[in-house]
Amino acid sequence: MDFTFTEDQQLLADSVATFLHREVTPERIRASWEGEGSDTRLWQQLVELGLPAMLVPEEHGGLGMNELDFIQIAQECGRVALAEPLVEMAMIATPMLAQLAAGSQPCARVLQQIAAGEARVAIGHPLNPAVADAGIADWLLLASGREVHLVPSDAATLIRQDSVDPSRRLYTPEWDRTAPTYRVAGEEAGAAAWCAALNRGAVLNAALLLGLAQGMVAQSVTYAGDREQFGRPIGANQAVKHHMANCAVQAEFARSPIYRAAYAVAQDPARAHIAASHAKLAAGEAALLAAKNAIQVHGAMGYTWECNLHIWAKRAWALEKNWGDAGFHQERLHAWLLEDTTDIGAEHTFDYPAPEALDSAA
Amino acid sequence: MDLNYTPEQNALREEVRQWLADKVPAQPLQSFDTKEGFEQHRQWEKTLAEGNWGMVTWPVEYGGRGCDLIQWLIFEEEYYRAGAPLRVNQNGIFLLGPTLMEYGTAQQKERFINAMASGEEMWAQGWSEPGAGSDMAAIRSTAIREGEEYVINGQKIWSTRAVFADWVFCIFRTDPASSRHQGLSFIFVPLDAPGVTVRPIAQLDGLPGFAEIFFDDVRVPVANRLGEENQGWRIAMSTAGFERGLMLRSPARFQQTAKRLVELYRQHRDEVLDLSVADAVVKAYMGAQAYALSTYQTASKLMKGGKIGAEASLNKVFWSELDQQMHETALSILGARAELLPHAPAAGAVGNWLDGFLFAQSGPIYAGTNEIQRNIIAERLLGMPR
Repeated sequence: MDFTFTEDQQLLADSVATFLHREVTPERIRASWEGEGSDTRLWQQLVELGLPAMLVPEEHGGLGMNELDFIQIAQECGRVALAEPLVEMAMIATPMLAQLAAGSQPCARVLQQIAAGEARVAIGHPLNPAVADAGIADWLLLASGREVHLVPSDAATLIRQDSVDPSRRLYTPEWDRTAPTYRVAGEEAGAAAWCAALNRGAVLNAALLLGLAQGMVAQSVTYAGDREQFGRPIGANQAVKHHMANCAVQAEFARSPIYRAAYAVAQDPARAHIAASHAKLAAGEAALLAAKNAIQVHGAMGYTWECNLHIWAKRAWALEKNWGDAGFHQERLHAWLLEDTTDIGAEHTFDYPAPEALDSAA
Repeated sequence: MDLNYTPEQNALREEVRQWLADKVPAQPLQSFDTKEGFEQHRQWEKTLAEGNWGMVTWPVEYGGRGCDLIQWLIFEEEYYRAGAPLRVNQNGIFLLGPTLMEYGTAQQKERFINAMASGEEMWAQGWSEPGAGSDMAAIRSTAIREGEEYVINGQKIWSTRAVFADWVFCIFRTDPASSRHQGLSFIFVPLDAPGVTVRPIAQLDGLPGFAEIFFDDVRVPVANRLGEENQGWRIAMSTAGFERGLMLRSPARFQQTAKRLVELYRQHRDEVLDLSVADAVVKAYMGAQAYALSTYQTASKLMKGGKIGAEASLNKVFWSELDQQMHETALSILGARAELLPHAPAAGAVGNWLDGFLFAQSGPIYAGTNEIQRNIIAERLLGMPR
């Protein structure tokens, strides 16, 4: 039993964090809102760091790493509110392609392209109403019923769906669902692949949400230390401190469930339901509280477009509802808790749920 | 990261489980806030000590097993799983014991540790005073040195278990000219010493769970002082660190409460009309599980040489409010029956939720109120201005 990251995992996360904090500035994020909204140079830098290739299996030219290797990086992406679709593409779409590649030549080919930094893949999970970053993707992983379709983006018609978060570039795709060349998984294999993708998506978005929460707390602490009223920093007031302390408590107790869920997903995403839903719910709650309290602590400034805080807050509001909203994940846990076979006693902290219990939580 | 137990860890779990299955009293003991219950619990401490399960984390040289923190967590999981009695000597074994090992002289260790471990001597904590609660540095009770003795005068309050305990460890002002954190010393006082008056205070459940202690020219030898004279604050803070840190409330306790809550919910689900209950049950599971995961993560970090400091305040806020939340939910499930004491004829199988609910009200207050903890989080962890 050892609940720590390896030295390699920590070093990688720290070096990526240093890069992200240096390069991903609010100014750069705002600049990406203009035009098509893609920071090509930043993506190129991420490719040079090898990040999109991390989860591509070695036989397809990638680094063969897993979700646990990436989870702290996802958290750092949230921390800086990275607008580039690294997490969805590299950590959710890519492993799904890898899962299907054994029976699908096109998937294997696209994995090669991802590893070489030549292609980007957007994913349209049936639970999410729109596909993020479809406009800059080369390939789209889409659901038709439970089938999985891998569609070249120029073969799809994309309808732009504006989000409250200008960094989120959402589209609904239309494509020829009958074209046999697009189908990379039928109903059965597709259902399993979408289920695994959902657990993976929930965990990785939980890490993003936790990072967003931490980013908002950090900005608010700085602001409350600088801003003076009645001759002293507003952060010296207990009411302001406690807003931030409450955020810190929520974030702290989302962290371990996220790492545990990343471990579970890396072991077997099809049995990670409970850990994934817990992580997503805890992180979603932490992020919503952080957004609310951060705006409050910033006062009127927090309600302006000029203040950078809304870059983080809007991402949190959006992501908390994607990859299964709170109701979806609560219902999963609730159904599982009602099963007679479910035992949440102290000796079961690291158990995986019994397979029969997963049906009720499916 | 490897979230599997080793064969050795599994073997320890099996050993603890077997032993507890043989030894845990079939009938629950009476409350340790009654005279009889206290003696029953003292006897249980003795049984634990005889099986060498009393203080598993203590070093072998002091009669423990030298368990690491993961082994401790496994022990605690089995302990709560078995429904074993609460630890009446918690003040001694978790708070004073480790402090004594760190700061005590050879003679003090010899004199106190075994008797504490066997349950022969029970300890109360004497820190708070009427004018020194959250602001502990406002302590006014004095211990003035006269030759090889201290002469103690003053008053302590909210001293848990003091009504039936044998000893109390206190902080007194040994330098009368000092103020705040200076001039305080950490001193042991036998509760049967001449000049000591213990006045029980009834808690919400009507039982004398804590007490006021009056000191009227009480004389104790200088050898009863732990550590250097006037260094008591620093020593007390290290005790507070243990208390707020990992070991005051092990996650297993809350996981077992969450488990019972889920069972209660399954049983009464059809009668529950309160729409918030389903959400609250899910939250209870999440909270207990998160606290367990976080503790495993912290334990793993500490075992690799990491440190825990003000982070302990996050734990204190979290588990104390989780405990309230779980008991509030149980009472919501029980509805109007919730107010009935278990022996009331109409109570049916209400269990001990009401008792737990009352006790849960104290969680955000003892061991440093949650307001103080939130200040610590904001100032020391987040770096907000004082």
